[in-house]
This record gives sequence, structure tokens and C-alpha cells, in this order.
Amino acid sequence: MASSIPASVPAEADFQTLPAERAGGGARRRQRLAVAGLAFVVALMLVAAAAPWLAPQDPVRQSLRARLVGPTLEAPDGRAHVLGTDHLGRDVLSRLVYGARVSLAVGFAAVALGTLVGATLGIVAGFRGGWMDSVVMTLADAQLAFPFILLAIGIIAVLGPSFPTLIVVVGLSGWVGYARVLRSQVLVLRSREFVDAVQALGASMTRTVLMHVLPNVVSSLIVIATLELARAIVLEATLSFLGLGVQPPTPSWGGMIHEGREYLDSAWWISTFPGLVLMATSLVVSRTGDALRDLLDPTLRGA
Amino acid sequence: MRSVLAFLGWRLGRALVVLWLVSTVVFVVMRLSGDPVPLLLPPDAPHSEILRVRAELGLDRPLPVQYAIFIGNTLRGDFGRSIHFREPAMTVVAGYLGATLELGLTAFVIAAVLAIPIGLLSAVRRNTALDHVTMAIALVGQATPTFFLGILFILVISLKAGLLPTSGRGDWHNLLLPALTLGAFTIASVARLTRSAVLESLAADYVRTARAKGLTELVVVTKHTLRNAALPIITITALQVGTLLGGAVVTESVFAWPGIGRLCVQSIYNRDYPIVQCVVFLSAVTFIVINLCVDLLYGVLDPRVRPR
Repeated sequence: MASSIPASVPAEADFQTLPAERAGGGARRRQRLAVAGLAFVVALMLVAAAAPWLAPQDPVRQSLRARLVGPTLEAPDGRAHVLGTDHLGRDVLSRLVYGARVSLAVGFAAVALGTLVGATLGIVAGFRGGWMDSVVMTLADAQLAFPFILLAIGIIAVLGPSFPTLIVVVGLSGWVGYARVLRSQVLVLRSREFVDAVQALGASMTRTVLMHVLPNVVSSLIVIATLELARAIVLEATLSFLGLGVQPPTPSWGGMIHEGREYLDSAWWISTFPGLVLMATSLVVSRTGDALRDLLDPTLRGA
Repeated sequence: MRSVLAFLGWRLGRALVVLWLVSTVVFVVMRLSGDPVPLLLPPDAPHSEILRVRAELGLDRPLPVQYAIFIGNTLRGDFGRSIHFREPAMTVVAGYLGATLELGLTAFVIAAVLAIPIGLLSAVRRNTALDHVTMAIALVGQATPTFFLGILFILVISLKAGLLPTSGRGDWHNLLLPALTLGAFTIASVARLTRSAVLESLAADYVRTARAKGLTELVVVTKHTLRNAALPIITITALQVGTLLGGAVVTESVFAWPGIGRLCVQSIYNRDYPIVQCVVFLSAVTFIVINLCVDLLYGVLDPRVRPR
């Protein structure tokens, strides 16, 4: 295996994958990984969509007789609590199932917003160049210049925590990634013959970009969007953990971890189960992104 | 030499624009978030008292005037008086800075000391069980949300095993868990990066030459591989300081660590603008300075990227 390492490694340093994997042997494994990851996301979406049928109980129904019940197959209040109950006697499993709705809804909406803003700015900056490019890239630098979580907390404090606020904040946190990658790709595409050709034929900038440039960057977009989805889900959970996300009693994973924190000593299950699910989701989605990147767009490594 | 100065000048100019943008955004966001005065006074305070405090804090002036004063003061390093603490914001923040520096530096040192050898070992012993296990842990470490890792540490190490305290600041017992929590992402990233950088370097022609000369594997790895792999490792490790700044906000909240991250979160709830502005501004300056240093370091370490 080691002898098959190509001696001439690409100039673009690859920080994530080893050269041996790049030699092509891992392609099938990567395909399987990507398919498995997508299957996981689809399954999670189905769980979220079918929450009312899948959840064993009403996620906000309180039961004073069954507070802080540990994971059990018995039924202290006539209902089984496989993953236990929280401090208000609500069923942890049911809240976990419903919590997937918040994570996925905010995650996908935020990624859509980030893609729209980031891709537009990146493509315009790369295609037009000049002052537009400078403005966009300075904005990107400014956003990267301080911990976004502080700005996010500030904005949420202003607008008040709500579903739309959360989507806007999480969405805008991700635009820089798209803008930077697409800008550099469009800079290269701009000087290619086919772009000159369609422009010589009289195509407008909008048409050139939408019909000829965009299709060439779609694979990068898919890869970044997948990696961003993992980041968005974690950021949403972090904000909910700090009390700035979706407000109670709506169940969200970050909120559940927050609520369970007070009871860590006596009822570890309240925080631990949503945390493990969140961790697994983040891991699987980001691995899917890595696999997609290697399959679709190897140039993005290290981006 | 001239081109180096031109490059420096260009970077400094850009850094200043970024700082101006950051402070303006923070100013706008914080002013939009509402009036802090009612939070300061008892609920039954007379209207005249509210007006007096507003005037005292300069909040009765038109926004553009407030903005001009704000920019002027910021240039002089004056962020105004904290509304909550009734002291200059800089003084308050300076009081909390030590805790954050202690936490951040410890996390950074732990990360560098652990991650680089792990990555190196993983690369040299590639495709062994050791490599697979450490890299799997690194992947999980990168994917684990900081706040949940903190909760897990508190649950397992503090509460169940009773080994370390759950929160607060004191001696190294208090420091260890927050520093590990904060550093986890950095450890994982730097270990993975070191591994690929070393692998990349091990596959290069000069390593083959070194081996062909009959040098021992130890010399090949330390002298020929590590030196060439050092550049990306140093860059990414230094840039992780930015990640640590952001992570400190969450970590300090989880462990009740009295640093500027937790101070900033509390100040946002208190609408204590001067403190928030000061913290964000200092974070941005730190981040920009580190970026600049990394760029310069790059030129020192790698003759190929020196501007001609």
C-alpha cells in the first residue's frame, strides 16, 4: 500500500486525507460512506416528519408522579420511559424524537440561507472582481475576525429568541465558507474560453453565471452545504444550550442538554441522550461531507 | 525589503478596516438591543432619575453623536464606563482577562504538546491499530460540540468518579477539565493535520533520497520529514487560537469559569454595551494580530513564499 503513494503530491496541501487513500483504492469505501451518511440524514428526516406517530408520548406532557425516572422498561405511571423522564416528568425519548425537528429545520433552513447569500456574494466577487471583490472579502475577513458566537448572542438578544431569528443567525454564520471557495473557483472559470465564448455571443452576465458558471461549481456547493449542515446543527444546539435558541417547552437537543445540566448528578440521562444523538449526527453528517468532497471535488480538501 | 514593507502596509490597512467594521457592527447591534437604564434602577424609580442616568451615560445624545464619540474613544483605547460595574470597561475586562488567558494558554499548550506527537506517531505508524484508533478518536473529537464535551467531563470525571471539581477557578484541579474541553477540538484538528502533513512529507523525493543514503529512520523523520511538515502544522496550530477564543465563551459558561467569555455573555444579558464592545474588540485585535504574525512567520520559515 505504501509503495503506491504517488511521489508527486499536489501543490494544494491536503490536510485531511492521507496520500494513500487518494490513490483511488478508497473510492468505493467513500461511496459507501457517503451513501450510508445520506441514508442516516434521510432516516433522521423521516423520524422528524413522523414524530407524532413515532414518539411514544406527548413530548410536553408533564407528569409529577414520574419525575426524574431513570431509563426503564417498567411503567411507573402507566407509561414506559425507555430513556427516562426529565425534571417535569416528560418522556426523554419522545422529546428526543421531536427535537430532531428543530435541529433539522433550523439546520436545513440555515444552510439554504447561507448557500444563497454566500454563493451569490462569492460568485459576484469572483466574476466582477474590482471593488465588489474587495468589499465582499473585507466583510468576510471582518466576520472571521471575532468569535461569531458573540455576535450571534448579541443579535439574538436584540431580536429576541425565535425560530426565524435562529435561522437567520445560524444561516449568516456560514456564508463566508461558500463565498471564499466559490470566489476562487469563479476567478479561474472566468478566464476560461467557454466563458469568453458565451460572452462574445452576447450573453448577459446573469445568463453567463446562471447557465455556464453555476453548473461548474455545483459539486463544490453540495460539498460545502453538507459540511455546513453539521456546523449549523451544532451551532443551533449551542445557542439553545445557552438559552438563546428555540424556547421551551418546544423540545430541542441543545435545550434538553441545558435543562438536564442541573440534574446531572441525580439524572444523567436527561442531558446525555440528546448529547449523544447530537454528537452522532454531527459526526455522520460531517463525515458524509468529507466523503462527498473526496468523490465530487478533491480540490476542496483543506478548504 | 520594500515589497515586504508594502505587503505589511497592505495587511495592516486591511486589518484596520476590519477592526472598524467589527466595532461598528457591535455598536449598532448593542444600541439596537434596547435601553439598559431600566435594568439599572429599581422598577419604581421616578422618570427624572431615569433621565438623569441616561444623561450621565451619554445615552440621551443622538445616535450619530454617540457613534462619533464611541469611535474617538475606541481609538484612544477607552471603551467607556461599564453600566453594570460602574467602572471603566477596560478595567473590568482586564480583571477577567487573566482567567481567560490562563484557560486559553493551558488549552493551547495541552493541544500542541499532545496533538503534534500523536499526529507524528500516527503517520509514522500509519495503518496500524494505533493509527486507526487515534484518528478515530480525533474524528469524534472534532465532531463533538464543545458544550456537550464539557457536560460529559463533568458527569463522568467530576460527578461519577469524583476526581476533579465541576466548576469555578482555583488551582490546576479546576483548570484541567475546562482546558481539556476547550482544547479538544484543537487537539483533534492539529493531530489530524500533523498526520497528513507528515505523510505528505514522507512521500516526498527528498525523504527517499535520505533513506537511500542509509540514514536511520529517526534522522529521516526528525530532520527531513518534520522540518518540511512544520509549516502547515505551525500555521494551523497558530490559527487555532481563534477557535479557542470562540470556544472560551461556551467553555467558560459550562464550567462557571470567571473569564471574559462568560463576562461577555452576562454583559449581553445586562445590556452592558461598553463591556461587550471591549471584549469583542480585544478578541478581534488578538485574532488579527495572530493572523498577521502567521503570515509573517510563513515568510520567515518558507523562502518560497517571500514576496520578491
